Amino acid sequence: MGDMSLEQVTENYYDVLRELGNIGAGNAITALSQMLQCKVDMQVPQVRLLEFSEVGEMIGGEEQIMAGVFLGVKGDITGSMMFMVEEESARHLIAKMTMGMLPPGSEFEEMGLSAMKELGNIITGAYLNSLSTMTNLSISPTPPALTVDMAGAILSVPAIQFGVYGDKILLIQSQFNDDVQLDGYFIMIPDLESYAKILTALGLPVV
Amino acid sequence: MSEIVKVGMADLKTCVSPDGATTLGLGSCVGIAIRDPMTKIGGLAHIMLPDSKAIRNSQLNVAKFADTGIEELVKQMERLGAKRARMVAKIAGGATMFAFQGGNSSIGQVGDRNVEATKTKLRELKIPILAQDTGANYGRTVIFYPETGDFHIRAVGKPESII
Repeated sequence: MGDMSLEQVTENYYDVLRELGNIGAGNAITALSQMLQCKVDMQVPQVRLLEFSEVGEMIGGEEQIMAGVFLGVKGDITGSMMFMVEEESARHLIAKMTMGMLPPGSEFEEMGLSAMKELGNIITGAYLNSLSTMTNLSISPTPPALTVDMAGAILSVPAIQFGVYGDKILLIQSQFNDDVQLDGYFIMIPDLESYAKILTALGLPVV
Repeated sequence: MSEIVKVGMADLKTCVSPDGATTLGLGSCVGIAIRDPMTKIGGLAHIMLPDSKAIRNSQLNVAKFADTGIEELVKQMERLGAKRARMVAKIAGGATMFAFQGGNSSIGQVGDRNVEATKTKLRELKIPILAQDTGANYGRTVIFYPETGDFHIRAVGKPESII
């Protein structure tokens, strides 16, 4: 990246992530719809650049319990990405995915967790696929890790990575409905070194 | 009426008894509670990264880093009348939220590095650590009361503990 300073990077960087996020989220929801074999309506994803202090409020409080799937990205670009849903939404999706074998009220036991991980895998895989197609770069996910915990604690992981560049986090909120309305959040964090590659691949000037 | 001030991510606040301070959902970040038992002046920092010197950024948010955040918190407490020689600390957080399979270990270890950097800075300032609840793989909400020095820790599915 040569002499490009972090200050210069930041604004362009967020713009590009915003655009990629819009497209990625759309594809991810399509994949979800196919997996659940039902029509899933999606609102236009909201891409938000938030101060660290605003993130908690945005997602319903730092102590809101959520399921977070986190994975590394490798290939031509490297970095990581996360998909988060509220606990209740996660249960609903798991119930649907397991065709009622795990009803929404049941605890997150091993089978629920593994179903959730699979769901995260499919959603994030679709997201990354669309980025790969768009940029013509090879992008592949590492196996996902899942946790169910307080939103603030889950978000600390991507926030720390964004913290290296600045004081903001880029969050893509997508609302989707099947029988109930669900809120899902995507966070994509390419490493700084990968940023120039993404820009170049999209035909944008570096710097 | 006592008040509990809220400390956000990459943020720090001072408080004086009977007031307290809280920070919600600490993950790999570390919450550092410092207290002067004589004046009952306290402070809470929520740091995200270990080392400000590793980052090139002209607009530095000092509260984001263990080294600069702790230094700033101590300074602000001193301005209120606390004495560094009497200060004691309790720390929590620094969890590894995701067990990684397939690389990216530098992300996985940031919690540990945050705890290490916190300890190093406190040692440098000669502020003893009275108690800690760090590491493991879960998030923590903390509430700190400078009146008693009690540091309450809440985690999902676990009883509240006081250190």
